[in-house]
Amino acid sequence: MTWTWFHRLGSSPYVYRLAGRLTPWFGWAALLLILAGLAAGLALAPADYQQGDGFRIIYVHVPAAWLSQMIYAWMAVAAAVGLIWRIKVAHAAAAACAPVGASFTVVALATGMLWGKPMWGTYWVWDPRLTTELLTLFIYLGYMGLRSSFDDLQRADRASAVLAVVGVVNVPIVKYSVVWWNSLHQGSSLSLAGKDTIATPMLVPLLVSMLGFTLFFAAVVLVRLKGEVLRRERQASWVREALS
Amino acid sequence: MTIQFQSFDQFLAMGRYGAYVWPAYGLTLLTVGLNLWWARRLLARAKLDARRRLAVQDTGARQAMGEGA
Repeated sequence: MTWTWFHRLGSSPYVYRLAGRLTPWFGWAALLLILAGLAAGLALAPADYQQGDGFRIIYVHVPAAWLSQMIYAWMAVAAAVGLIWRIKVAHAAAAACAPVGASFTVVALATGMLWGKPMWGTYWVWDPRLTTELLTLFIYLGYMGLRSSFDDLQRADRASAVLAVVGVVNVPIVKYSVVWWNSLHQGSSLSLAGKDTIATPMLVPLLVSMLGFTLFFAAVVLVRLKGEVLRRERQASWVREALS
Repeated sequence: MTIQFQSFDQFLAMGRYGAYVWPAYGLTLLTVGLNLWWARRLLARAKLDARRRLAVQDTGARQAMGEGA
């Protein structure tokens, strides 16, 4: 196996151009899938036998919670690659992930509260799943705060990368919190290995929506990545070419 | 699959959960829009900064050449 693709991904001009080329594809596919998934979730999926139409919050809540954790995992991997191989683009990618991840963590928490009120009778409980998801938000905010506390971009990259890597232990804790502890939060509806615990007409819009939001993250993070790469490389001669 | 609601009013009411479902969707779509705007602003600013930096470099280089002559 050749590693040229990996080395190329460490090259700023290559990544800048690649990101520019991929963004519209991800962006338009995301728009279509999100609209289709949410419309189907709101109007076509059958109402839940217990939760009625209230369960339709699932089509925004689960994709947001998925993004919250998936983006964190990407951010931690990028940060680790940046630390280990000292690749600037990897640090740029990690920095690009954080605000997107933080914003969808807020959405996951807020839509969860809006779902909790009618179903559990309360907006918030200090339940393992809710508490660990809130912790995710604090880790994102800590990461962003730490970054902005350095004037030197290189030091900001390295210090925040350590935090991102250490914080990744929270990801499996969030995932298994509903299994390990007695939680008010319902268990997973989706499973890669076993059987999904959700009926197909309800499941399809959810999968479409999740794919749409995932592609949306890809499009947004690529735009941010271009900005982050430019900030780190503004003296390089390729920048002149890229901006002309 | 068929549409689950008989009328648009029923659709808006979402059973009796409209007050929870619609804000959840609204907030999510608002966040999608904000992310898009925020990312594009970051890139636009980075481009502006890079252009300024290049312009300063060019002026510096021209001045240095002028002094050298």
